[in-house]
Amino acid sequence: MIPSAFDYVKPASVADAVTALRGGGEDATILAGGQSLLPVLRLRLAAPSLLVDLGGIPELRGVREDGDRIAIGAMTSYHDIVGDDLVRQHVALLAQATQTVADGQVRHLGTLGGSLAHADPAGDLGAVALALDAELVIAGASGSRTVTAAEFFVDYFTTAIGEGEILTEIRFPRYTGWGSHYEKFNRTAQAWSMVAVAAAIAVEGGTVAAARVGLTNMGTTPIRATGVEQALIGRPATPEAVRAAAEHATEGTAAPSDADAARDYREHLARVLTGRAVLAAAG
Amino acid sequence: MTTTAEPTAGAEVGRARVRKEDARLITGRTRWTDNITLNGLLHIAMVRSPVAHARITGIDVEAARQLPGVVAVYTGADLDAEQSGIPCAWPINTADTPPRHVSIATDTVRFAGEIVAVVVARDAASAKDATEAVEVDYDPLEPVLDMEAALAEGSTLVHSDHGSNTWAFFPFDSVAAGATSGPTADEAIAAAEADPDAVVVTRRWRQQRLIPAFMEPRSVVVDPTTEQLTVWSSTQVPHVLRTMLGLTLGLPEHKLRVIAPDVGGGFGGKLQLTPEEILTVLVARRLARPVKWTETRSESLVSGHHGRDQIQDITVAARKDGSVTALKIELIADMGAYFGLFTPAIPIFGAFIGPAIYKFPSYLFTCTDVFTTKTPTDAYRGAGRPEVTFAVERIMDELAVELGRDPMDLRQQNWITNTEFPFTNAGGLTYDSGNYEAATAKAMELFDYAGLRLEQERRRQSGDPVQLGIGISTYTEMCGLAPSRLLGALGAGAGGWEHAAIRMLPTGKVEVVTGSSAHGQGHETAWSQIAADQLGVPFEDIEVLHGDTQVSPKGMDTYGSRSLPVGGTAVVKCAQRVVEKAKKVAAHLLEASEDDLEFTAGRFVVRGTDKGLAIQEVVFATFLSHNFPEGVEPSLDSEYTFDPENFSFPHGTHLAAMEVDTDTGRVTLRDYVCVDDVGAVVNPLIVDGQVHGGLAQGIAQALFEEAVYDEQGTLVTGTFVDYTIPSAADLPSFTTERTETPATTNPLGVKGVGEAGTIASTPAIVNGVLDAIRHLGVTQVEMPCTPQRVWRAIQDARGHATQETPIDTHSPGAGLGSIDPNNPQGEVQ
Repeated sequence: MIPSAFDYVKPASVADAVTALRGGGEDATILAGGQSLLPVLRLRLAAPSLLVDLGGIPELRGVREDGDRIAIGAMTSYHDIVGDDLVRQHVALLAQATQTVADGQVRHLGTLGGSLAHADPAGDLGAVALALDAELVIAGASGSRTVTAAEFFVDYFTTAIGEGEILTEIRFPRYTGWGSHYEKFNRTAQAWSMVAVAAAIAVEGGTVAAARVGLTNMGTTPIRATGVEQALIGRPATPEAVRAAAEHATEGTAAPSDADAARDYREHLARVLTGRAVLAAAG
Repeated sequence: MTTTAEPTAGAEVGRARVRKEDARLITGRTRWTDNITLNGLLHIAMVRSPVAHARITGIDVEAARQLPGVVAVYTGADLDAEQSGIPCAWPINTADTPPRHVSIATDTVRFAGEIVAVVVARDAASAKDATEAVEVDYDPLEPVLDMEAALAEGSTLVHSDHGSNTWAFFPFDSVAAGATSGPTADEAIAAAEADPDAVVVTRRWRQQRLIPAFMEPRSVVVDPTTEQLTVWSSTQVPHVLRTMLGLTLGLPEHKLRVIAPDVGGGFGGKLQLTPEEILTVLVARRLARPVKWTETRSESLVSGHHGRDQIQDITVAARKDGSVTALKIELIADMGAYFGLFTPAIPIFGAFIGPAIYKFPSYLFTCTDVFTTKTPTDAYRGAGRPEVTFAVERIMDELAVELGRDPMDLRQQNWITNTEFPFTNAGGLTYDSGNYEAATAKAMELFDYAGLRLEQERRRQSGDPVQLGIGISTYTEMCGLAPSRLLGALGAGAGGWEHAAIRMLPTGKVEVVTGSSAHGQGHETAWSQIAADQLGVPFEDIEVLHGDTQVSPKGMDTYGSRSLPVGGTAVVKCAQRVVEKAKKVAAHLLEASEDDLEFTAGRFVVRGTDKGLAIQEVVFATFLSHNFPEGVEPSLDSEYTFDPENFSFPHGTHLAAMEVDTDTGRVTLRDYVCVDDVGAVVNPLIVDGQVHGGLAQGIAQALFEEAVYDEQGTLVTGTFVDYTIPSAADLPSFTTERTETPATTNPLGVKGVGEAGTIASTPAIVNGVLDAIRHLGVTQVEMPCTPQRVWRAIQDARGHATQETPIDTHSPGAGLGSIDPNNPQGEVQ
């Protein structure tokens, strides 16, 4: 493993990190958990001049309650998210999806913020953030701003994070008492998702009162399956009704077509997996 | 699973000893080749062709030479006079001269990954950086990628001097070879076609290309500053390497020392003389400095030799009562661009075992070896035998379907019964022993075959979206490569003996030297167990030495499940020589006749008395030599070179319960039971480990792994994210049991186990997948049986033919997530 040469800094505060990043210009890159960046460096698919390591900033780690939100520091590891009581109680879907990411070693190093900022459409957590209406806090030279997940994901590997900016926190509304499920389909247990579906469902009296459905790897960004959500609301959570709603899963998608799954197969999977995810979430 | 036990007394052989080498191997606190650092060490990085087939019209290395830390940059023009060609030890076709296999291309590249320049620098990073500054101009030629198209008239030639992309046509006809009498396979098939009471079943299958994917990347360190030029290499074959390197480069063998330090796996992938070994030697010699080359994983996947890659046309003929009358196996095998040590011979290793456990009265095997512009193929776990085992075990299932028979029942009707051994098969091999009934009965009971058939029927009746299939493989294989005379008759360039030496140290401790150099198999433990029993010394008092031609000068190394039946036997015979020598000394010391001495549990005792000496006492007396018999050499040290009289033939019954999710095409291996008969077992823990790992690799061929090239000839599964190796999370807990029918051809009664799991499991899995969905009309799913392939096969069978969307990216959403390493531009932020 021999990447191209680069400079490396490990600032102790977000402000210092922003300063370092701005000083490095457009060839500077943020190092979070390194689980996506290091393979890219190793294969020399990218050759940044400067790595700004966020690993020395304690305030970026951890989960806390903030009013009606659950706020998660961008550098919180997958492992810590999976085991966090607040997350499990109020944002269970995030814990479930995170548990499926790669393997234990990756989950100890990879971070929620790193995954979202990398914005790989095959990554698992974008669909969760999108489905659950997460807000993302981005710090820059002139302070912090907050964007919605819908605004955050712009394109293939492209987010609303600007040059010289850092994703610092991800804030989730509470979904206490909702049912949820992440249905993932991949070639091997450690592989990226071919297609995956994130679903959170509130059922009242046998009827779907609210639904949040996000799709992984069905386009250049995570995709919100709004057609499915609308078709579910007010309907009974029966297999027939759910399957009928799941037929809307491919609306607005532009799935990639590759050797493991051509587009038509991905679309088929999206419908089948949406049905399964929603049924499992609805319990 | 075998439980481990640390024994206290009694026989060592048969005990589940924890491996003594594991602590250092698992912690990495040991000598992997890349861990070796020498004074003044220089580092090499290779510039490799990104294109499959092209003429090199220019190489500009000046910019690279100017970079900091760079010591030298060499091209083919610089090294061609010295590089010779990598030899092929078993060319099969003896009429033609194999195309020259250059280590570094001179004017033409023939696969993506071929070396075109070598950068030498003071550190590895500078060497790697400088590779990017080497400018190579290519004039593209048509890639040759499809085997059948390559055979056609007018195809672009991989080697124009050879004049054809066909290298060899190898036939084995059982009648011509004298293995069967009566009609030939072709005659029997023709007769069956004309006979209303007979059936003929013909199928075409593909053995996809695989990558050995050993854990430790390859690495070479060469020190030219010592009297013997020293080569450390992560190789399976230090002895073969020494001889071949010397012959190839014209280096006197006594001026060469080869060391395989701890080696992290090989699976056949390190059974080679590599371009990188040659180039590292050439560079070190030219600069008179120690040099190291260590590959990256991406480099390994594209340039280490690949395995399998065949088109198989299989025909079986049988009477309608189920008795088989003929088997025909016709292979087209992809050699890739060049020959390694055994490339053309690999598919031929399957020729003789093709009839498997069945009494085929006629048999024909043919193989056509073809060049393509892909990475060369060569040995990969099983080497030729997995391919034919797949063919015969799959065709027996197809025949059972054709005849409406239970596939196990049909096998039983045709297999060699346990009273018929020794049995000469239609491939001319004489199976010394076996008991297919016992292994099968045990496996079927453990598996609950009858119960699963009932569940399968229930799921079919209820139209369950998850269907159940039962996959069978009742394999045999040939291990213990090999009787030297037989290898010679078949045109191999080497014998198949193995060597052992035992040194009795003055304090009674023992060094066992073996020519069978392990790369993860656990020889140090197993050989200690064998020697402990033979010599009657404690297990802990034995050190097993291997892998360094100064320490262990003779050997044929480790591959082909040969170490235990050949190398282990050499240890037994060698220990017997030590005891014979010690007996003379003991008789002298005890003032008794040799004939009156008994040797048990490490003591020479005068029969009928309590007078005796421990072997350690005899050893020390020999060391002193003060009181020694007249005319006897004062040494107990011994050597033995064992040449087997026959192969050994492990067999077993493997059963797989496969679930197929018909909604998604997902295949899940629910349960796997295997009962293997690998003869006597030295260490059940090691045997279980070999079976588990072997199963994982065989199952991986059926379900997960494939080396895929695009239409330009670029390997698109160039990382471990795209070349999907299963992990423990993808596999169930295996049920591994054994029957033990001792081999009659060696004193231990052992047969070899390294390849059994891999050879057996692939057809079991595919048979199971098809058994689950055949009632839906599916007759074929190509390997690996990916979810998409299975889903499309089901859709097609249901008459909902799918229109597969064209592929627009080579990253299967896996890879680096969605990053396509072959086209990353603009995609990485």
